[in-house]
Amino acid sequence: MASNGICDRVAIVGMGCTYFGEHWDKSLEDLLIEAANEAYLSAGVDGDRIDAYWLGTMGRLSGLTLSEPLKINYKPVSHVENFCATGSEALRNAAYAVASGAYDCVMAIGVEKLKDSGFSGLVVQNPPSDGSSPAMTAPAQFSMLAPDYFEKYGVDPEVGKEVLSRIAYKNHCNGAKNPKAQFRKEVPMDAIMCSPRVADPLGIMDCSGVSDGSAAAVVVRAEDAHKYTDNPIFIKALSFVAGPAAGPLSQDYDFTTFPEVVASAKDAYQQAGLKNPMEEISMAEVHDCFTPTELVLYEDLGFAERGGAWREVLDGAFDLDGRLPVNPDGGLKSFGHPIGASGLRMMFEMWLQLRGEAGERQIKDPKIGLTHNLGGAPGRCVSFVSVVGR
Amino acid sequence: MSGIVSYGVYVPFNRLQRAVVGQALGSRGGKGERAVASYDEDTVTMAVEASRYCLAGIGGSSIGSLYFATTRPPYQEKLNASTLHAALALGREVRALDIGHSVRAGLGSLIAAAESAAAGTRSLAAMSDIRIGAPEGAAELSGGDAAAAFLLGNDDVIAEIVAVCSQSLEYLSHWRLPGEEFSRSWEERFSLTQAYVPLLSSVLKALAVKSGVSAKDWAAVVLDSPNPRAVAAVAKGAGLRPEQLVADMALEVGHTGAAQAGLMLARALEKASPGDHIAILSVSDGVDAVLLKATDAIAAYESARSIDDLIASKRNDLSYTAYLRWRGILQTEPPRRPDPDQPAAPPSLRSEGWKYAFHGSRCKNCGTHHLPPQVVCVSCGATAEMERTPFADRAAKIRTFAIDRLAFTPQPPMVVAVIDFEGGGRVQSELTDCEPDKVSIGDPLEMTFRRLFTAKGVHNYFWKARPVR
Repeated sequence: MASNGICDRVAIVGMGCTYFGEHWDKSLEDLLIEAANEAYLSAGVDGDRIDAYWLGTMGRLSGLTLSEPLKINYKPVSHVENFCATGSEALRNAAYAVASGAYDCVMAIGVEKLKDSGFSGLVVQNPPSDGSSPAMTAPAQFSMLAPDYFEKYGVDPEVGKEVLSRIAYKNHCNGAKNPKAQFRKEVPMDAIMCSPRVADPLGIMDCSGVSDGSAAAVVVRAEDAHKYTDNPIFIKALSFVAGPAAGPLSQDYDFTTFPEVVASAKDAYQQAGLKNPMEEISMAEVHDCFTPTELVLYEDLGFAERGGAWREVLDGAFDLDGRLPVNPDGGLKSFGHPIGASGLRMMFEMWLQLRGEAGERQIKDPKIGLTHNLGGAPGRCVSFVSVVGR
Repeated sequence: MSGIVSYGVYVPFNRLQRAVVGQALGSRGGKGERAVASYDEDTVTMAVEASRYCLAGIGGSSIGSLYFATTRPPYQEKLNASTLHAALALGREVRALDIGHSVRAGLGSLIAAAESAAAGTRSLAAMSDIRIGAPEGAAELSGGDAAAAFLLGNDDVIAEIVAVCSQSLEYLSHWRLPGEEFSRSWEERFSLTQAYVPLLSSVLKALAVKSGVSAKDWAAVVLDSPNPRAVAAVAKGAGLRPEQLVADMALEVGHTGAAQAGLMLARALEKASPGDHIAILSVSDGVDAVLLKATDAIAAYESARSIDDLIASKRNDLSYTAYLRWRGILQTEPPRRPDPDQPAAPPSLRSEGWKYAFHGSRCKNCGTHHLPPQVVCVSCGATAEMERTPFADRAAKIRTFAIDRLAFTPQPPMVVAVIDFEGGGRVQSELTDCEPDKVSIGDPLEMTFRRLFTAKGVHNYFWKARPVR
């Protein structure tokens, strides 16, 4: 990988995040206004101070989606999209724009309004095709990680089911402590283990929530950060990788890893100068769209040895009080997953934790945080990794 | 001398027990079971399967014309034989034609192919039918779904054409207007006494006269009649012995409409010895008759799949409501998901080899196989160094799979597998004709041509995988 990185050259000086969940009473525009205003307030700026915007959302075609409701006066608004990593992509472009010197103060904002479609699950507009792609749901695609992982590392499928449930259990415990999460209650292990099957061995409780929500960040150059806040957070690495989609093509791919995640993590660690990420990272928000995804991510991100993550899950290594807390805000599982907003929601938790504002789920003295955001399916995806710190 | 070079039949995997229908409707139902085309099969996809068996080990490169016969064409306007042509990857110069409107079209397609063969063109006749009758009617119970295919030519003939006779007569027996789901029929005794028995009897005599071979010297006689009662009367009148009559498979398969004459002929060919005469008579809106003589080559000939094999390979726990749903007779609550997208014409034409013939690509630089075909090699990165590679008949195994209980399918749950082909190549494909509880990693699979769904009036044909039958 050849990326030079922008370690410690860019800071986040304000953030906003709506409650995630069923916003029957709010439109997409209402959510954007709410998140943007919260971020303005957090950074102590008004809209006039923002030089440019990056908007992440699915299929809305243009920056007008943001400029129209916010009544932005003749400024650049870019619409970006990169599957479920769309929010992270907005942040990455915004950060590079201030790092380049082209702008001084910019906003990255992500939003999704999923509950208006009337359909269950995600609805994606596909381009005209020959009709040959298999019609498989997202949980089914990610469920393929489980049997392969269990077989490769000799995990009895029943123990494996417990491992997956334990991940959902942890994320619900964390989400219960989060006032902005979609599902704010702990769920007993039994209820997770026995939830109705959607894609064997996954039950409904192995899946992230379908929700509405928006999150936003105000981004400036590091040298200007303290003009806005006493507690900025600094970007140490931003890595984005799109793979060749070799998984569906190549017999070499074995469904126990995301090569794209491995590549983006390696790049991010190099950008941030992390020599021993497992030790140096205080906490992480990772893309737990389905429980086996989080299991595999522990190993792809270097949080656990290959084949060892499942034991560490059972030992509580990634719990809020574990050696490396993962998804302290509840993750996609409990906080909810409004696609374009999720990457910025992950960063919102880093913002709160690094500033000591995470309330009852505050991690003691965190120094380095990681967000990981994924889009696509095993073997065919895009992956984003950021490293941030105080 | 022209004649049959090879043949193949296809009996779908699913069966509906007639007793199950009886239970549901509170009626007698009857003995045995009928073969049922799955929700993802139609007359074209079944014809593809029969044709693949017919062409196994021969290939389609020598074929010059193709006839497809059915009473249930998937498209009323738009050639259905061209889908068959594409799925079999036949040459661009092949003449393809649909024949239909009567169950007699099945034998009619064979005669048309024989005439083409006699004129020097190797020809494929594929006959296929799905028999649908209204609930509580006899047709629903007695019908069956199947396909048969015959390659006709002048070389490597296993049964040569000795004589062909036809008679035409306008009478009203079974009919169906465009847009109607179920056929209507006139009173049974009228058709039997005024059409089926006299037509079969007279064409049988004519065939004997024309061929110079007496009916009592025919080793096997196929009497294909929509009403099985005609068979006994004709056989008695002609002095045929019971052992001459070819079984109609009514208890195992049902009467398969346009495919019935072909299915019974294949049955007769399976048992034929060199020198045997086989007569095949098919009545409905007139009558056709063909006399064949098995050649020495038939002794060494073995069909790709025997009818008994296909009859034995089955799942017969289909419920009556599932059957009605598959045929669109029972409307059910749609899924809370958007309707599937209509396949678009330009991309379908661009990917004809992939979508219809299941051709992948092989990198000439490093040998890596790709499905769907790629321009840039996933292994070595070479650009435009690809050659077309057929995968439809290649051995494959399940690498891993998912049981998708959310995806909409008329037969939930949907099973999708990652499939690795012997010799290289991987594809993700939906499984069909499988029992989800019994699917496991490493299972051998074979590819099968199916109709995935119909969206905005367009049938979406593509390949699925099934456990090896």
